[in-house]
Amino acid sequence: MAKTITQEFTKGLWAEIPPFRLVLGLCPILAITNAFENAVGMGLAVTFVLTGSNVLISAIRKIIPPKVRIVAFIVVIATFVTVVELVMQAYTYALFLKLGIYIPLIVVNCIPMGRAEAFASKNNIVRSALDGLGMGLGYTLSLMALAAFREIIATGAITLYETPVALFGAAFEPFRFLVEAPGAFVCLGLMLGIMNILGKK
Amino acid sequence: MRELIKMIVVLTIISLASGGLLAALREGTQERIDNQVLEFVKGPAVRKVFEGAANDPIASRFQLKDGDTLRNFFVAVFDGEVKGLALESSSSKGYKGDIGLIVAIDVKADKLMGVGVTTHNETPGLGAKSKSDPKFAAQFKGVPGSGPVKVTQDGGSINAISGATITSRAVCDAVTDALGVYEKLKPQILDKMKDVKK
Repeated sequence: MAKTITQEFTKGLWAEIPPFRLVLGLCPILAITNAFENAVGMGLAVTFVLTGSNVLISAIRKIIPPKVRIVAFIVVIATFVTVVELVMQAYTYALFLKLGIYIPLIVVNCIPMGRAEAFASKNNIVRSALDGLGMGLGYTLSLMALAAFREIIATGAITLYETPVALFGAAFEPFRFLVEAPGAFVCLGLMLGIMNILGKK
Repeated sequence: MRELIKMIVVLTIISLASGGLLAALREGTQERIDNQVLEFVKGPAVRKVFEGAANDPIASRFQLKDGDTLRNFFVAVFDGEVKGLALESSSSKGYKGDIGLIVAIDVKADKLMGVGVTTHNETPGLGAKSKSDPKFAAQFKGVPGSGPVKVTQDGGSINAISGATITSRAVCDAVTDALGVYEKLKPQILDKMKDVKK
């Protein structure tokens, strides 16, 4: 059953939202969702890489010999990731310092690789672009939801444009555990559980 | 055979295109990145060793050639006098690799004004104190600019961080190196410093 073009885009936002439905790309999700701004930065970086690599791979899918397709995909994805890395260093260095190693690691993040193999290598450019954009934004939204939850509960405030906005009164007792690594696992588990309940028909 | 050739050709073209694009982008962003590194990594250390300076030491910097390497020098003005000079130095003898430093010299008195660690991979709680413990860094203030700087174990005047003698030695080494560079390039440095506005 062929999906409409709109569905190619929206599937990434809910039905196949990457971290919760496909359960891909969990390593950065655990590591960088301790602050809302990191999540936005990382999400947009992944969206850019995903859309760019999907379009390019889809464009050259007919000339890539099947036996070396994975190598070709990795070269394309790594190129886009390096572009993001250089641009981030040049324009948003503070964010680059916070995201650090997780930017180069987008190369081995399963989402761009998975979409290249499962989707872009079999579909035309428009569909691939929408698929990449949808998946990327879905990933961004998941990161943002998780990061907002962790940051708000752990600090009682949310940082927007580098200024913390306090949400609760002074009586709020910060639950620091949630911004530590174990807190990431607990939150991700809870999110997966909620998504499963919501997704049950 | 045809398939093999196709694989090689396609992969070569993809890699060439990728390499060319990235090289061009790197070329284009290099200057901005260097500035960002100065601002975010070295900037805080330079401003710290020059606390109370009347100018922005990052803005009034110049470069000089030391052999084949181009070095950055930061200049600070105190009480209407151009006297603070900071330069980067590093030692590879850290406990875990390189330690990067900013060394500040008072060129009027030929004494150290301060030392700030910028990059390191030392053990948290031990060697990492070279960056975080102000008491260790404070010892360098006022040390004469002539001759090597050493830890007390080696007959010098710097008390090593307890449990981190190797790190402390590496920091002293880097400071000594910086002083050596300063001695060597002194005429050019003083010449350049004349151009800095008070």
